[in-house]
Amino acid sequence: MSVAKPGRVAYVNARVIDPASGFDGPAQVLTSGEEILDVGPKLFDGKMPADVQVVDCDGMCLAPGLVDMRVQLREPGEEHKESLKSACEAAVAGGVTTMVCLPNTNPVMDDEPTLEFVARRARLLALTKVYCYGAITKGLQGKELAEMGLLSKAGALAFTDATKAVADAQVMRRALQYAATFGLMIVQHPEEPALATGVMNSGEIATRMGLSGIPREAEIIMLERDLRLTAMTGGRYHAAHISTSDSVEIIARAKKQGLNVTCDTAPFYFSLNEMAVGDYRTFAKLSPPLRNEQDRRAIVEGLKSGVIDAIASDHAPHDQDSKRIPFPQAAFGGSGLETLLAVSLDLYHNGNMDLLEVIRRLTVAPAKLLGLEAGRLARGQKADLVVFNSDEGWKVIADAFKSKSKNSPFDGRPVQGRVLRTVIDGRTVFDALGAQQPAQTVRRAAAKT
Amino acid sequence: MPDPVFPHRHLLGIEGLSPAEINHLLDRSDHYVALNRAAEKTTDALRGRTIVNLFFENSTRTRTSFELAAKRLGANVINMQVETSSVAKGETLIDTAVTLNAMHPDVLAVRHPDSGAVKLLADKVNCGVVNGGDGSHEHPTQALLDALTIRRRKGRLSGLLVAICGDVLHSRVARSNFLLLLTMGARVRIIAPRTLIPSQVDRMGVEVFTDMAAGLKDVDIVMMLRVQNERMRGSFIPSVREYFHFFGLDRAKLAQAKPDALIMHPGPMNRGTEIDSDVADDYERSVIREQVELGVAVRMAVLEILAYNNMTAPARRAAS
Repeated sequence: MSVAKPGRVAYVNARVIDPASGFDGPAQVLTSGEEILDVGPKLFDGKMPADVQVVDCDGMCLAPGLVDMRVQLREPGEEHKESLKSACEAAVAGGVTTMVCLPNTNPVMDDEPTLEFVARRARLLALTKVYCYGAITKGLQGKELAEMGLLSKAGALAFTDATKAVADAQVMRRALQYAATFGLMIVQHPEEPALATGVMNSGEIATRMGLSGIPREAEIIMLERDLRLTAMTGGRYHAAHISTSDSVEIIARAKKQGLNVTCDTAPFYFSLNEMAVGDYRTFAKLSPPLRNEQDRRAIVEGLKSGVIDAIASDHAPHDQDSKRIPFPQAAFGGSGLETLLAVSLDLYHNGNMDLLEVIRRLTVAPAKLLGLEAGRLARGQKADLVVFNSDEGWKVIADAFKSKSKNSPFDGRPVQGRVLRTVIDGRTVFDALGAQQPAQTVRRAAAKT
Repeated sequence: MPDPVFPHRHLLGIEGLSPAEINHLLDRSDHYVALNRAAEKTTDALRGRTIVNLFFENSTRTRTSFELAAKRLGANVINMQVETSSVAKGETLIDTAVTLNAMHPDVLAVRHPDSGAVKLLADKVNCGVVNGGDGSHEHPTQALLDALTIRRRKGRLSGLLVAICGDVLHSRVARSNFLLLLTMGARVRIIAPRTLIPSQVDRMGVEVFTDMAAGLKDVDIVMMLRVQNERMRGSFIPSVREYFHFFGLDRAKLAQAKPDALIMHPGPMNRGTEIDSDVADDYERSVIREQVELGVAVRMAVLEILAYNNMTAPARRAAS
């Protein structure tokens, strides 16, 4: 690879946040080459070795790089919406150093060559680390099982039919059984398709707007069915982007029963409700749909209590032709990579969760679910870091996104928390203060010390 | 100057209109009813103006009504029937808006099968837009003509008890009508099988009934809605036969309403499905033909006011 190997770099004057060890306080991080050499509050004892490059974090937060466990790639197949390059650039701008992509590319990631194609392209970019889910069923058709065993050998971390639910109960039962043979996790988009023929959440607002509704029960019913199948098969089940209060209760109950069950949600579902659709805003047309305010609050509570294990961006890039059309025809999904951290920090600024806990759901928690050695700051770990200002206010301007697609339901929203620097394998790959010349910034910071 | 009472550039729906605005539109419509009944039916109120009927959905009645209204105001009118299917979309709505802007129309009358599509178009064109029906959302000129019909017959809207019966779930006519009637102080009941009642519609202020006899008790107005045939084959309703038995308007069910209750229908009617011919053609109580007549007057009033409002707002036109 042409990328020069970095030497030793010291990140000093930082508030270091490492949920894995529970540490949150002033400390330094020393990296060497691609790895973390040491982390601690008194690393250098006031004496900086001469050959170390120093990055002064200026009192800002330093955390493990974010691990985003639900991102839709559009390459191969729909590069006009997002290429791997634009997705990775968006990811590093959002502080995401590891992302796990859904298999709904074209062709579908239900065979090894497609998986390997994406892995190779991502490696060449040398930005955010890209991992993939494999398809549960061939062509995401919900009928025949894909080669889960071989796909996992080729690098698939877990299995999902992406934005489609595995609707057939027998297929789901066998998927859970078969995946359990190899200790693999099944990730479901929990939505009964027969009930999900509408375009937004059912209720008064849909009625007023004359839009067909998707009842909350579409999610609730599928979750309840799947958890019965999980209990029956002893499988490993993960529910993606839960959105209703009942879902939180159902998952809590299943965990209490001892089922091998986890779930995540996306910032959309704890920061927005169905009112965002008002005036037919297609950017707020999401799947599952934005729910009512009571549901939104329950999702916040679910994160607080720990029932919801992780936060994922659910990044779903769409071009103008898919969104600047009448609401019923518009595509589902919102751009999420570049707002993941800032919108998640609402949970901290609103007093719902500690900063450490918010960061946990964005780093080590999803990494653990997927068996990834990522999302923690410890000796010998890869030096994947994010430096951010937890308080800096800014306004989301979707047009300024690195992502090719600008379909953010947060466009125009004031947020708090800005990514300043993203480091992958010891290399600074994003620097908000001097995006063009990261090397210079390092020197400038060093001069201050 | 834009119209002092109704200063809006567009009429996209009834939602948000005040009683004064609605009354103003109805008063102006009354004026045109008289003109339409005179021998000389044409004015030159909109001479030299261009009205475009842009219909993305098949319609004969509404399109003809808008066309006649525009012609009686002395405007130039063109009809654009655009075929749309979700399969072959081709030009997007926004492309269409750009094309239309180049033609400098004064007012567009737009019908589209998708809820919200007319608003999307209105945001992109630099002329007035009147919603001729968008998906299951609104059909404001239909609600206005219904209100005008009731007001002329009953002398008022406030305090009346109105029943809207049939496929409320998919009906833009129902939404615009109950929004207007509630705004004007009428009481509204909707009567339908549960499969055709929209979620949480009671929160909008209507009373929900599933039994025709109970729902029609003592009402002043019976508004029937058209039920699309494709919804009659087991998806929402088991059969036409069963629907007519329970929800079709016939003499027996009508006997529950006040003796002078009016029967209305936005057309086109499915005789023997939602309404019995005997009732539909009752010349003493059915005002279905009158609705069609007053529709032209209402559309004249709306086109005239919107054309003036857009003529006299050059700054706003330039801004969009």
